[in-house]
Amino acid sequence: MSFSRFLRTLTLALKSVMLHKLRSGLTMLGIVFGVFSVIAMLAIGEGASSQAQKQVLELGATNIIVRSIKPPDETSSSGQSGQSFVLRYGLTRKDLNVISETIPPILGVVPVRELTQEVRNQQHTLNSRIVGSTPEYLEMNHLKMAQGRFLTDKDLDQMANVVVLAYETAQVLFPFDNPVGRPVQIANRAYRVVGVTQDRTASAAIGGSLSGQDYNKDVYMPILTLQSRLNTGDLFIRRTQGSFSAVSVVYDQITLKVGDTDETTDDRDLVIPTAEVVRETIRNLHGEGKNDFAVVVPLELLKQADQIRKIFNIVLGSIAAISLIVGGIGIMNIMLATVTERTREIGIRRALGARRRDIIQQFLTETIVLSGTGGLIGIMMGLLTPAAFVGIQLFVDAYVMDKSTGTSDIGRLFSGMEPQVAVWSLPLAFGVSVAIGIIFGTYPARAAARLDPIEALRHE
Amino acid sequence: MTAVARLVDLTKFYDLGAVVVKALRGVSLEIPEGDYIAIMGSSGSGKSTLLNLLAALDRPTQGQYILNGRDTSQMSDNDLSVVRNSDIGFIFQSFNLITQYTVLENIEVPLLYRPGYPPITARDRNRCIDVANQVGLGDRLDHRPFQLSGGQQQRVAIARALINDPAIIMADEPTGNLDSKTEEEIMQILTDLNNEGRTIIIVTHEKSVAQRTSRQIYMKDGLIAGEGIFPG
Ligand SMILES: Nc1ncnc2c1ncn2[C@@H]1O[C@H](COP(=O)(O)OP(=O)(O)O)[C@@H](O)[C@H]1O
Ligand SMILES: [Mg+2]
Repeated sequence: MSFSRFLRTLTLALKSVMLHKLRSGLTMLGIVFGVFSVIAMLAIGEGASSQAQKQVLELGATNIIVRSIKPPDETSSSGQSGQSFVLRYGLTRKDLNVISETIPPILGVVPVRELTQEVRNQQHTLNSRIVGSTPEYLEMNHLKMAQGRFLTDKDLDQMANVVVLAYETAQVLFPFDNPVGRPVQIANRAYRVVGVTQDRTASAAIGGSLSGQDYNKDVYMPILTLQSRLNTGDLFIRRTQGSFSAVSVVYDQITLKVGDTDETTDDRDLVIPTAEVVRETIRNLHGEGKNDFAVVVPLELLKQADQIRKIFNIVLGSIAAISLIVGGIGIMNIMLATVTERTREIGIRRALGARRRDIIQQFLTETIVLSGTGGLIGIMMGLLTPAAFVGIQLFVDAYVMDKSTGTSDIGRLFSGMEPQVAVWSLPLAFGVSVAIGIIFGTYPARAAARLDPIEALRHE
Repeated sequence: MTAVARLVDLTKFYDLGAVVVKALRGVSLEIPEGDYIAIMGSSGSGKSTLLNLLAALDRPTQGQYILNGRDTSQMSDNDLSVVRNSDIGFIFQSFNLITQYTVLENIEVPLLYRPGYPPITARDRNRCIDVANQVGLGDRLDHRPFQLSGGQQQRVAIARALINDPAIIMADEPTGNLDSKTEEEIMQILTDLNNEGRTIIIVTHEKSVAQRTSRQIYMKDGLIAGEGIFPG
């Protein structure tokens, strides 16, 4: 088919479609919503997946995170008033040593002990998270230095009284001058600031398994310094309902980096089996049933997120497919009515020399123009999905926000979703709508072409 | 004069299951180039059936119809369409214009289906305008059929029949829906076309129409019952 003829057929079809604007518009609706839902669905899925991906990369795709958790059984039994005892739980130095020495794929081990303390520089104070760790913490958490240096092995060995401030901490404590080399006070002791890290946005929590981390308000110090100077020998006294209990935790978290030195296997394949070995090892060390630690594998979270996204896609995909089929049937129905309505026109064209295939082409093109235009409108609506989500968020923030807490459940639900329109879904959606036109347009077009010219001319 | 069309013992039966309607029972006819024929006869005598065969809208049950030296009786649907497009100009009693098209667009319709689908050129368009002028519609090119009188609509149909320069123009009761004054005008146009050398066949009931033609064929019960020639 030559281009000029194609153009002619298309113009003819557009003309017919425009002749009954309302009818054509209503006929398209099924396709419009079908295509819109396909694109919106894929955009939401894509957004969720890229967010999960980002979070996992932040946590480290080849990392295993082991956290100390307060065992639930002991917590309830410690509720008896008037008793005092020391509750020891969580990850120990022995755990750390055994893991790093006996499990080969583990290349790096970064222990962390966290406390919340007030940090002060003259009149400036900030309630900070004090993170005791090792020099590897920097790389493991993808932090970068803005000024000075991070902690070193020497700091660690010497239990040096040094700290590294996170970006915001530095801004609050030293609003006017360079913190490097200056002292800060934590629990009445002075620590020398040796560096400041770069700004880094908080990472959100994945599926509630890990609390989101706001790195910007941290203070980093050598873990041994924290344990000896701030923690008074791992002991940590708490007062609950009139009774005193002492809690002893050595490490809040140990991050393990998994890798294969020979570079032959994909490091990611090692993560899950290694995590299993780690879990077994610690369970053996702690004794069965103690349940005072948890192993979190970011990669597993990614897989779970992918799994959820797949189910989501299948469910919404089926709904979209049904909507597209219904839309196609709607178009077919209208086209069959159109053929009847235009029987005489078909007869005239046939008498003037139109062949069967000219008639087929005419009606098929008309159907494709209907479904294709519906598809384009649906695509345009789909492209607005991310903006619509922003709009919903703004609306919710403005009108539905819970005044007492400053947030709303609905708002939080939507702020967690950042739809990203998948570029490949646009030609796909258009192709599908054209295909719907072809599939559901063929029968009416053939019915039109089958008409006997003389009979068709007699119609009415 | 050479024959544009020749019918040899043409029959057309309609098998309705219970009965077989013998609409044509053996018609033979020679149509020389430039002929001007009126086909007359009572209702149901087979005039329309004969004209539909002549216009390649249908195939005969038996017999031959040779148009421009080619036998159409065994042609495929596709080939018949080509014949209708290139060799036949058809004018209907009820005009049969495409309602959503303008006058000019209606005249162009046969150009859309030319063999090989050549693009419609500026020259084609000029020809449409020339033909419209020829039938006296030069100032109505942008009008739509509902804005035109019956006589004007029939002029559009005549222009449309002329656009592909056909071998024969067929008209089935072209003035059946028109008043006598308009009939007069339409017949004048057809007569002028015949005077230019075009072959024209008209099915009609009106004596006034038949008198305009140079040859009258009378049909009865699916056969040619007689033929008379009025002096031009
Ligand atoms: N499609 C058809 N099916 C059955 N019978 C038909 C059909 N077309 C025409 N006839 C019959 O053939 C005969 C001739 O019809 P027609 O050619 O229309 O006559 P006229 O035009 O002279 O009035 C009539 O008896 C008519 O009923
Ligand atoms: Mg008739």
